[in-house]
Amino acid sequence: MRIIHTDEIERAVYELVRRACLHLTPACTAALEKAKGGEEQGSAAAFALDTVLRNADTAALENMPVCQDTGYAVVLAEIGQDTHIEGKFLGDAVNDAVRRAYEDFCFRKSICDPLTRVNTADNTPAALHTEIVPGDRIKLTFLPKGFGSENMSRLYMLTPAKGVSGIIESVVETVRLAGSKPCPPVYVGVGIGGTFDTCAFLAKKALTRDVGSHNPREDVAAIERECLAKINALGIGAQGFGGKTTAVGVSCEIAPTHIAGLPVAVNIQCHCVRCEKAEI
Amino acid sequence: MKKIPLPLKQEDIEELAAGESVLLSGTILTGRDCAHRRICEMLDKGEALPFSLQGETIYYAGPCPAPEGKACGSCGPTTSARMDSFAPRLLDLGLKGMIGKGERSEEVCASIAKNRAVYFAAVGGAGALYGNAVKKSELVAFPDLLSEAVYRFEIEDFPCIVAIDCRGGNIYKR
Repeated sequence: MRIIHTDEIERAVYELVRRACLHLTPACTAALEKAKGGEEQGSAAAFALDTVLRNADTAALENMPVCQDTGYAVVLAEIGQDTHIEGKFLGDAVNDAVRRAYEDFCFRKSICDPLTRVNTADNTPAALHTEIVPGDRIKLTFLPKGFGSENMSRLYMLTPAKGVSGIIESVVETVRLAGSKPCPPVYVGVGIGGTFDTCAFLAKKALTRDVGSHNPREDVAAIERECLAKINALGIGAQGFGGKTTAVGVSCEIAPTHIAGLPVAVNIQCHCVRCEKAEI
Repeated sequence: MKKIPLPLKQEDIEELAAGESVLLSGTILTGRDCAHRRICEMLDKGEALPFSLQGETIYYAGPCPAPEGKACGSCGPTTSARMDSFAPRLLDLGLKGMIGKGERSEEVCASIAKNRAVYFAAVGGAGALYGNAVKKSELVAFPDLLSEAVYRFEIEDFPCIVAIDCRGGNIYKR
Protein backbone atom coordinates (compact mmCIF):
# COMPACT_ATOMS: atom_id res chain seq x y z
CA MET A 1 0.00 0.00 0.00
CA ARG A 2 1.27 3.47 -0.91
CA ILE A 3 0.24 6.51 1.12
CA ILE A 4 -0.53 9.67 -0.88
CA HIS A 5 -1.34 12.90 0.91
CA THR A 6 -4.06 15.16 -0.52
CA ASP A 7 -1.60 18.08 -0.39
CA GLU A 8 0.24 16.38 -3.23
CA ILE A 9 -2.99 15.86 -5.18
CA GLU A 10 -4.01 19.47 -4.61
CA ARG A 11 -0.64 20.75 -5.84
CA ALA A 12 -0.87 18.56 -8.93
CA VAL A 13 -4.41 19.68 -9.83
CA TYR A 14 -3.49 23.35 -9.29
CA GLU A 15 -0.61 23.01 -11.74
CA LEU A 16 -2.74 21.08 -14.27
CA VAL A 17 -5.35 23.86 -14.24
CA ARG A 18 -2.70 26.50 -14.86
CA ARG A 19 -1.00 24.66 -17.69
CA ALA A 20 -4.21 23.56 -19.38
CA CYS A 21 -5.88 26.97 -19.54
CA LEU A 22 -2.77 28.73 -20.88
CA HIS A 23 -1.88 26.31 -23.70
CA LEU A 24 -3.35 24.32 -26.54
CA THR A 25 -2.14 20.72 -26.57
CA PRO A 26 0.81 20.22 -29.00
CA ALA A 27 -1.29 17.73 -31.01
CA CYS A 28 -4.05 20.32 -31.36
CA THR A 29 -1.63 23.04 -32.48
CA ALA A 30 -0.15 20.67 -35.08
CA ALA A 31 -3.64 19.82 -36.39
CA LEU A 32 -4.58 23.52 -36.65
CA GLU A 33 -1.36 24.32 -38.51
CA LYS A 34 -2.08 21.49 -40.94
CA ALA A 35 -5.65 22.78 -41.39
CA LYS A 36 -4.40 26.29 -42.12
CA GLY A 37 -2.02 24.94 -44.78
CA GLY A 38 -4.97 23.29 -46.52
CA GLU A 39 -7.05 26.45 -46.89
CA GLU A 40 -6.92 28.91 -49.73
CA GLN A 41 -4.84 31.99 -48.91
CA GLY A 42 -6.99 35.04 -48.27
CA SER A 43 -10.10 32.95 -47.51
CA ALA A 44 -12.17 33.58 -44.39
CA ALA A 45 -11.24 30.11 -43.08
CA ALA A 46 -7.51 30.88 -43.47
CA PHE A 47 -8.10 34.18 -41.64
CA ALA A 48 -9.81 32.32 -38.78
CA LEU A 49 -7.11 29.64 -38.47
CA ASP A 50 -4.34 32.21 -38.68
CA THR A 51 -6.02 34.27 -35.93
CA VAL A 52 -6.37 31.18 -33.74
CA LEU A 53 -2.68 30.28 -34.12
CA ARG A 54 -1.57 33.87 -33.53
CA ASN A 55 -3.78 33.82 -30.44
CA ALA A 56 -1.94 30.78 -29.05
CA ASP A 57 1.34 32.69 -29.39
CA THR A 58 -0.13 35.77 -27.70
CA ALA A 59 -1.48 33.61 -24.86
CA ALA A 60 1.95 32.07 -24.25
CA LEU A 61 3.73 35.40 -24.50
CA GLU A 62 1.31 37.33 -22.27
CA ASN A 63 0.53 34.47 -19.87
CA MET A 64 -3.18 34.77 -20.71
CA PRO A 65 -5.73 31.96 -21.12
CA VAL A 66 -6.01 30.92 -24.79
CA CYS A 67 -9.80 31.20 -24.49
CA GLN A 68 -11.77 33.27 -21.99
CA ASP A 69 -14.03 30.27 -21.45
CA THR A 70 -11.73 28.53 -19.00
CA GLY A 71 -14.51 26.04 -18.70
CA TYR A 72 -16.17 23.64 -16.35
CA ALA A 73 -13.28 22.07 -14.44
CA VAL A 74 -13.47 18.38 -15.41
CA VAL A 75 -11.08 16.19 -13.41
CA LEU A 76 -10.57 12.49 -14.04
CA ALA A 77 -8.81 10.66 -11.21
CA GLU A 78 -7.73 7.09 -11.85
CA ILE A 79 -6.88 5.84 -8.38
CA GLY A 80 -4.75 2.74 -7.93
CA GLN A 81 -6.46 0.38 -5.48
CA ASP A 82 -3.18 -0.08 -3.59
CA THR A 83 -3.06 3.58 -2.57
CA HIS A 84 -4.30 5.09 0.66
CA ILE A 85 -5.30 8.76 0.52
CA GLU A 86 -4.48 10.78 3.62
CA GLY A 87 -5.32 14.37 4.56
CA LYS A 88 -8.57 16.03 3.58
CA PHE A 89 -11.51 14.63 1.66
CA LEU A 90 -10.41 14.07 -1.96
CA GLY A 91 -13.30 16.15 -3.36
CA ASP A 92 -12.33 19.08 -1.14
CA ALA A 93 -8.69 18.84 -2.23
CA VAL A 94 -9.69 19.01 -5.91
CA ASN A 95 -12.15 21.88 -5.37
CA ASP A 96 -9.60 23.81 -3.28
CA ALA A 97 -7.04 23.45 -6.08
CA VAL A 98 -9.56 24.63 -8.68
CA ARG A 99 -10.70 27.56 -6.53
CA ARG A 100 -7.13 28.77 -5.89
CA ALA A 101 -5.91 28.31 -9.47
CA TYR A 102 -8.86 30.12 -11.07
CA GLU A 103 -8.38 33.03 -8.68
CA ASP A 104 -4.56 33.20 -8.79
CA PHE A 105 -4.28 33.04 -12.60
CA CYS A 106 -7.25 35.31 -13.46
CA PHE A 107 -9.27 32.53 -15.10
CA ARG A 108 -12.98 33.13 -15.61
CA LYS A 109 -15.40 31.72 -13.06
CA SER A 110 -18.20 30.22 -15.15
CA ILE A 111 -20.18 27.97 -12.81
CA CYS A 112 -23.67 28.98 -11.68
CA ASP A 113 -26.90 27.63 -10.21
CA PRO A 114 -28.93 26.23 -13.11
CA LEU A 115 -32.15 27.92 -11.97
CA THR A 116 -31.19 31.22 -10.32
CA ARG A 117 -28.09 31.58 -12.57
CA VAL A 118 -26.18 32.97 -9.56
CA ASN A 119 -22.46 32.37 -10.08
CA THR A 120 -20.60 30.33 -7.44
CA ALA A 121 -17.82 32.93 -7.98
CA ASP A 122 -14.92 30.48 -7.67
CA ASN A 123 -15.52 28.00 -10.52
CA THR A 124 -16.35 25.16 -8.15
CA PRO A 125 -17.59 22.53 -7.93
CA ALA A 126 -15.31 20.64 -10.30
CA ALA A 127 -16.78 17.65 -12.14
CA LEU A 128 -14.66 14.96 -10.45
CA HIS A 129 -14.83 11.45 -11.93
CA THR A 130 -13.01 8.79 -9.92
CA GLU A 131 -12.17 5.35 -11.18
CA ILE A 132 -10.48 2.56 -9.22
CA VAL A 133 -7.70 0.98 -11.26
CA PRO A 134 -4.97 -1.60 -10.50
CA GLY A 135 -1.67 -0.38 -9.03
CA ASP A 136 -0.47 2.13 -6.46
CA ARG A 137 -0.47 5.37 -8.42
CA ILE A 138 -2.98 8.15 -9.09
CA LYS A 139 -3.38 9.43 -12.62
CA LEU A 140 -4.98 12.85 -12.93
CA THR A 141 -6.41 14.39 -16.11
CA PHE A 142 -7.72 17.94 -16.29
CA LEU A 143 -9.98 19.18 -19.08
CA PRO A 144 -11.34 22.74 -18.88
CA LYS A 145 -14.56 22.23 -20.83
CA GLY A 146 -15.99 25.23 -22.65
CA PHE A 147 -19.75 25.30 -23.04
CA GLY A 148 -20.17 26.81 -26.50
CA SER A 149 -19.17 23.35 -27.68
CA GLU A 150 -20.64 21.37 -24.75
CA ASN A 151 -24.06 22.83 -25.67
CA MET A 152 -23.83 21.24 -29.12
CA SER A 153 -23.32 17.69 -27.77
CA ARG A 154 -25.99 14.99 -28.15
CA LEU A 155 -26.93 11.55 -26.88
CA TYR A 156 -28.67 8.99 -29.09
CA MET A 157 -30.30 5.79 -27.86
CA LEU A 158 -30.20 3.89 -31.16
CA THR A 159 -31.72 0.49 -31.77
CA PRO A 160 -29.20 -2.31 -32.44
CA ALA A 161 -30.55 -2.51 -36.02
CA LYS A 162 -29.03 0.93 -36.75
CA GLY A 163 -25.55 -0.62 -36.48
CA VAL A 164 -22.30 1.04 -37.52
CA SER A 165 -23.94 3.20 -40.18
CA GLY A 166 -26.37 4.52 -37.55
CA ILE A 167 -23.45 5.42 -35.29
CA ILE A 168 -21.69 7.30 -38.08
CA GLU A 169 -24.89 9.12 -39.12
CA SER A 170 -25.46 10.25 -35.52
CA VAL A 171 -21.95 11.64 -35.19
CA VAL A 172 -22.09 13.48 -38.51
CA GLU A 173 -25.60 14.79 -37.79
CA THR A 174 -24.44 16.22 -34.44
CA VAL A 175 -21.64 18.17 -36.11
CA ARG A 176 -23.93 19.30 -38.96
CA LEU A 177 -26.59 20.59 -36.56
CA ALA A 178 -23.93 22.37 -34.48
CA GLY A 179 -22.84 24.29 -37.58
CA SER A 180 -20.78 27.37 -36.81
CA LYS A 181 -21.79 27.55 -33.14
CA PRO A 182 -19.19 25.38 -31.31
CA CYS A 183 -16.06 27.09 -32.73
CA PRO A 184 -15.10 24.65 -35.49
CA PRO A 185 -12.83 22.99 -36.42
CA VAL A 186 -14.10 20.81 -33.62
CA TYR A 187 -12.69 17.76 -31.89
CA VAL A 188 -15.36 15.08 -31.57
CA GLY A 189 -15.51 12.66 -28.64
CA VAL A 190 -17.79 9.68 -29.19
CA GLY A 191 -19.02 7.12 -26.68
CA ILE A 192 -20.39 3.88 -28.10
CA GLY A 193 -22.22 1.41 -25.87
CA GLY A 194 -22.59 1.22 -22.09
CA THR A 195 -25.68 2.75 -20.50
CA PHE A 196 -27.30 6.19 -20.87
CA ASP A 197 -24.87 7.65 -18.32
CA THR A 198 -21.65 5.69 -18.94
CA CYS A 199 -21.95 6.32 -22.69
CA ALA A 200 -21.82 10.09 -22.12
CA PHE A 201 -18.79 9.64 -19.88
CA LEU A 202 -17.03 7.58 -22.56
CA ALA A 203 -17.52 10.48 -24.98
CA LYS A 204 -15.96 12.88 -22.48
CA LYS A 205 -13.07 10.46 -21.87
CA ALA A 206 -12.50 10.20 -25.62
CA LEU A 207 -11.74 13.96 -25.61
CA THR A 208 -8.81 13.40 -23.22
CA ARG A 209 -7.05 11.42 -25.94
CA ASP A 210 -4.57 13.28 -28.16
CA VAL A 211 -5.97 14.80 -31.35
CA GLY A 212 -4.95 12.43 -34.15
CA SER A 213 -4.71 9.32 -31.96
CA HIS A 214 -6.67 6.19 -32.86
CA ASN A 215 -8.60 3.61 -30.90
CA PRO A 216 -6.54 0.41 -30.67
CA ARG A 217 -9.52 -1.63 -31.95
CA GLU A 218 -9.33 -1.57 -35.73
CA ASP A 219 -13.11 -1.62 -36.26
CA VAL A 220 -13.46 1.36 -33.92
CA ALA A 221 -10.56 3.22 -35.57
CA ALA A 222 -12.35 2.65 -38.90
CA ILE A 223 -15.45 4.41 -37.51
CA GLU A 224 -13.24 7.32 -36.39
CA ARG A 225 -11.75 7.66 -39.87
CA GLU A 226 -15.08 7.44 -41.67
CA CYS A 227 -16.73 9.98 -39.34
CA LEU A 228 -13.85 12.42 -39.84
CA ALA A 229 -13.98 12.15 -43.63
CA LYS A 230 -17.77 12.66 -43.68
CA ILE A 231 -17.59 15.60 -41.26
CA ASN A 232 -14.92 17.34 -43.31
CA ALA A 233 -17.08 16.87 -46.41
CA LEU A 234 -19.80 19.00 -44.74
CA GLY A 235 -17.92 22.18 -45.69
CA ILE A 236 -18.72 24.06 -42.46
CA GLY A 237 -15.04 24.94 -42.05
CA ALA A 238 -13.20 27.01 -39.46
CA GLN A 239 -15.66 29.21 -37.53
CA GLY A 240 -18.37 28.18 -40.01
CA PHE A 241 -16.75 30.32 -42.72
CA GLY A 242 -16.58 27.35 -45.11
CA GLY A 243 -13.50 25.29 -45.93
CA LYS A 244 -11.92 21.89 -45.78
CA THR A 245 -11.48 21.36 -42.04
CA THR A 246 -14.64 21.14 -39.95
CA ALA A 247 -13.08 18.72 -37.44
CA VAL A 248 -9.46 18.12 -36.46
CA GLY A 249 -10.25 14.65 -35.18
CA VAL A 250 -12.79 12.07 -34.03
CA SER A 251 -12.06 9.85 -31.01
CA CYS A 252 -14.31 6.92 -30.15
CA GLU A 253 -14.37 4.97 -26.91
CA ILE A 254 -16.37 1.78 -26.67
CA ALA A 255 -17.94 -0.41 -23.96
CA PRO A 256 -20.27 -3.41 -23.94
CA THR A 257 -23.95 -2.51 -23.97
CA HIS A 258 -27.33 -4.23 -23.49
CA ILE A 259 -28.74 -6.59 -26.14
CA ALA A 260 -31.66 -4.19 -26.64
CA GLY A 261 -29.68 -1.00 -27.20
CA LEU A 262 -26.95 0.97 -28.95
CA PRO A 263 -26.23 4.19 -27.04
CA VAL A 264 -24.12 6.77 -28.89
CA ALA A 265 -22.93 9.95 -27.16
CA VAL A 266 -21.29 12.76 -29.10
CA ASN A 267 -19.37 15.29 -27.03
CA ILE A 268 -18.19 18.29 -29.01
CA GLN A 269 -14.95 20.09 -28.13
CA CYS A 270 -14.02 23.41 -29.78
CA HIS A 271 -10.68 23.88 -31.56
CA CYS A 272 -9.16 25.06 -28.26
CA VAL A 273 -8.26 21.56 -27.09
CA ARG A 274 -6.79 22.01 -23.64
CA CYS A 275 -5.99 18.93 -21.60
CA GLU A 276 -3.22 18.15 -19.15
CA LYS A 277 -2.22 14.97 -17.33
CA ALA A 278 -0.09 14.06 -14.32
CA GLU A 279 0.75 10.92 -12.39
CA ILE A 280 1.45 10.71 -8.68
CA MET B 1 -7.61 45.20 -43.90
CA LYS B 2 -10.35 47.84 -43.83
CA LYS B 3 -10.39 49.86 -40.58
CA ILE B 4 -13.80 50.67 -39.14
CA PRO B 5 -14.23 53.24 -36.35
CA LEU B 6 -16.80 52.71 -33.58
CA PRO B 7 -19.47 53.81 -32.75
CA LEU B 8 -20.53 52.77 -36.25
CA LYS B 9 -21.50 55.39 -38.81
CA GLN B 10 -24.48 54.56 -41.03
CA GLU B 11 -22.46 55.27 -44.18
CA ASP B 12 -19.81 52.74 -43.05
CA ILE B 13 -22.47 50.11 -42.30
CA GLU B 14 -23.97 50.55 -45.78
CA GLU B 15 -20.60 49.79 -47.37
CA LEU B 16 -19.78 46.63 -45.40
CA ALA B 17 -20.22 43.35 -47.28
CA ALA B 18 -20.47 39.86 -45.82
CA GLY B 19 -17.17 38.01 -46.06
CA GLU B 20 -14.80 40.97 -45.84
CA SER B 21 -12.33 41.15 -42.98
CA VAL B 22 -12.16 44.35 -40.95
CA LEU B 23 -10.33 45.85 -37.96
CA LEU B 24 -12.66 47.52 -35.46
CA SER B 25 -11.47 50.34 -33.18
CA GLY B 26 -13.42 52.50 -30.74
CA THR B 27 -16.00 51.88 -28.03
CA ILE B 28 -18.32 48.91 -27.56
CA LEU B 29 -20.52 47.48 -24.81
CA THR B 30 -20.25 43.88 -23.62
CA GLY B 31 -23.33 41.80 -22.89
CA ARG B 32 -24.18 38.11 -22.92
CA ASP B 33 -26.88 35.74 -21.64
CA CYS B 34 -27.75 37.18 -18.21
CA ALA B 35 -27.34 40.84 -19.22
CA HIS B 36 -29.68 40.33 -22.19
CA ARG B 37 -32.28 38.67 -20.02
CA ARG B 38 -32.06 41.50 -17.52
CA ILE B 39 -32.28 44.23 -20.19
CA CYS B 40 -35.45 42.65 -21.57
CA GLU B 41 -36.95 42.18 -18.10
CA MET B 42 -36.35 45.90 -17.40
CA LEU B 43 -37.98 46.84 -20.71
CA ASP B 44 -40.96 44.59 -19.89
CA LYS B 45 -41.44 46.45 -16.62
CA GLY B 46 -41.12 49.80 -18.36
CA GLU B 47 -37.93 50.66 -16.47
CA ALA B 48 -35.22 52.90 -17.96
CA LEU B 49 -32.00 51.11 -18.95
CA PRO B 50 -28.80 52.21 -17.17
CA PHE B 51 -27.23 52.85 -20.62
CA SER B 52 -28.45 53.81 -24.07
CA LEU B 53 -28.36 51.36 -26.96
CA GLN B 54 -28.68 54.08 -29.60
CA GLY B 55 -25.94 53.62 -32.21
CA GLU B 56 -24.08 51.13 -29.99
CA THR B 57 -22.28 47.92 -30.80
CA ILE B 58 -22.63 45.00 -28.39
CA TYR B 59 -19.90 42.41 -28.02
CA TYR B 60 -21.20 39.02 -26.88
CA ALA B 61 -18.45 38.28 -24.40
CA GLY B 62 -17.67 37.57 -20.78
CA PRO B 63 -14.02 38.37 -20.06
CA CYS B 64 -11.58 36.71 -17.73
CA PRO B 65 -10.57 38.97 -14.82
CA ALA B 66 -7.91 41.53 -15.80
CA PRO B 67 -4.42 40.62 -14.62
CA GLU B 68 -2.35 43.38 -13.08
CA GLY B 69 -1.28 46.00 -15.62
CA LYS B 70 -3.92 45.04 -18.20
CA ALA B 71 -7.30 46.59 -19.00
CA CYS B 72 -8.87 43.19 -19.58
CA GLY B 73 -8.19 39.47 -19.36
CA SER B 74 -8.81 37.02 -22.19
CA CYS B 75 -11.98 38.01 -23.99
CA GLY B 76 -13.08 36.21 -27.12
CA PRO B 77 -16.64 36.07 -28.46
CA THR B 78 -19.32 33.72 -27.18
CA THR B 79 -21.95 31.90 -29.29
CA SER B 80 -24.33 34.58 -30.60
CA ALA B 81 -27.29 32.24 -31.19
CA ARG B 82 -28.08 32.26 -27.48
CA MET B 83 -28.83 35.99 -27.77
CA ASP B 84 -31.10 35.52 -30.81
CA SER B 85 -34.35 35.70 -28.86
CA PHE B 86 -33.34 39.12 -27.47
CA ALA B 87 -31.46 40.74 -30.38
CA PRO B 88 -34.38 42.01 -32.56
CA ARG B 89 -35.77 43.95 -29.61
CA LEU B 90 -32.40 45.61 -29.00
CA LEU B 91 -31.97 46.39 -32.70
CA ASP B 92 -35.38 48.11 -32.68
CA LEU B 93 -34.05 50.30 -29.85
CA GLY B 94 -31.22 51.58 -32.02
CA LEU B 95 -28.47 48.96 -31.59
CA LYS B 96 -26.37 49.11 -34.77
CA GLY B 97 -23.73 46.44 -34.40
CA MET B 98 -23.22 43.04 -32.82
CA ILE B 99 -19.96 41.13 -32.45
CA GLY B 100 -20.06 37.43 -31.64
CA LYS B 101 -19.51 34.06 -33.22
CA GLY B 102 -21.66 31.72 -35.24
CA GLU B 103 -24.85 31.89 -37.28
CA ARG B 104 -28.03 33.80 -36.32
CA SER B 105 -31.73 32.97 -36.56
CA GLU B 106 -33.94 34.07 -39.47
CA GLU B 107 -35.60 36.61 -37.16
CA VAL B 108 -32.25 38.22 -36.34
CA CYS B 109 -31.20 38.28 -40.01
CA ALA B 110 -34.47 40.00 -40.92
CA SER B 111 -34.12 42.49 -38.08
CA ILE B 112 -30.54 43.34 -39.14
CA ALA B 113 -31.81 44.17 -42.64
CA LYS B 114 -34.85 46.10 -41.36
CA ASN B 115 -32.71 48.21 -39.01
CA ARG B 116 -29.79 48.63 -41.46
CA ALA B 117 -27.41 47.14 -38.87
CA VAL B 118 -24.47 44.71 -39.07
CA TYR B 119 -23.25 41.52 -37.40
CA PHE B 120 -19.50 40.91 -37.13
CA ALA B 121 -17.98 37.50 -36.40
CA ALA B 122 -14.91 37.60 -34.19
CA VAL B 123 -12.81 34.43 -34.13
CA GLY B 124 -13.96 32.18 -31.32
CA GLY B 125 -11.23 30.83 -29.10
CA ALA B 126 -8.89 33.76 -29.72
CA GLY B 127 -9.42 35.16 -26.22
CA ALA B 128 -5.87 36.32 -25.52
CA LEU B 129 -5.63 38.22 -28.79
CA TYR B 130 -8.95 40.04 -28.30
CA GLY B 131 -8.33 40.66 -24.58
CA ASN B 132 -5.04 42.30 -25.51
CA ALA B 133 -6.83 44.58 -27.98
CA VAL B 134 -8.98 46.03 -25.15
CA LYS B 135 -7.26 49.22 -24.10
CA LYS B 136 -9.74 50.48 -21.51
CA SER B 137 -12.56 48.81 -19.61
CA GLU B 138 -15.25 50.41 -17.49
CA LEU B 139 -18.11 48.73 -15.62
CA VAL B 140 -21.41 50.14 -16.88
CA ALA B 141 -24.15 48.00 -15.31
CA PHE B 142 -25.13 44.83 -13.45
CA PRO B 143 -21.95 44.27 -11.35
CA ASP B 144 -23.61 41.32 -9.60
CA LEU B 145 -23.38 39.39 -12.88
CA LEU B 146 -19.55 39.28 -12.54
CA SER B 147 -18.07 38.31 -15.94
CA GLU B 148 -21.56 38.67 -17.44
CA ALA B 149 -21.87 42.33 -16.38
CA VAL B 150 -22.04 45.12 -18.99
CA TYR B 151 -18.68 46.81 -19.59
CA ARG B 152 -17.72 49.61 -21.92
CA PHE B 153 -14.52 48.69 -23.76
CA GLU B 154 -12.21 50.81 -25.79
CA ILE B 155 -10.80 48.46 -28.41
CA GLU B 156 -8.02 48.80 -30.96
CA ASP B 157 -7.76 46.77 -34.16
CA PHE B 158 -10.22 43.98 -33.33
CA PRO B 159 -9.96 41.51 -36.25
CA CYS B 160 -13.44 40.46 -37.42
CA ILE B 161 -15.28 39.23 -40.49
CA VAL B 162 -18.47 40.91 -41.65
CA ALA B 163 -20.84 37.97 -41.14
CA ILE B 164 -24.26 39.48 -41.91
CA ASP B 165 -24.50 42.82 -43.69
CA CYS B 166 -27.39 45.29 -43.87
CA ARG B 167 -28.49 44.00 -47.29
CA GLY B 168 -28.94 40.43 -46.07
CA GLY B 169 -25.54 39.16 -47.22
CA ASN B 170 -24.64 36.24 -44.93
CA ILE B 171 -21.33 34.38 -44.73
CA TYR B 172 -23.01 31.34 -43.17
CA LYS B 173 -25.37 30.86 -46.13
CA ARG B 174 -23.50 29.31 -48.99
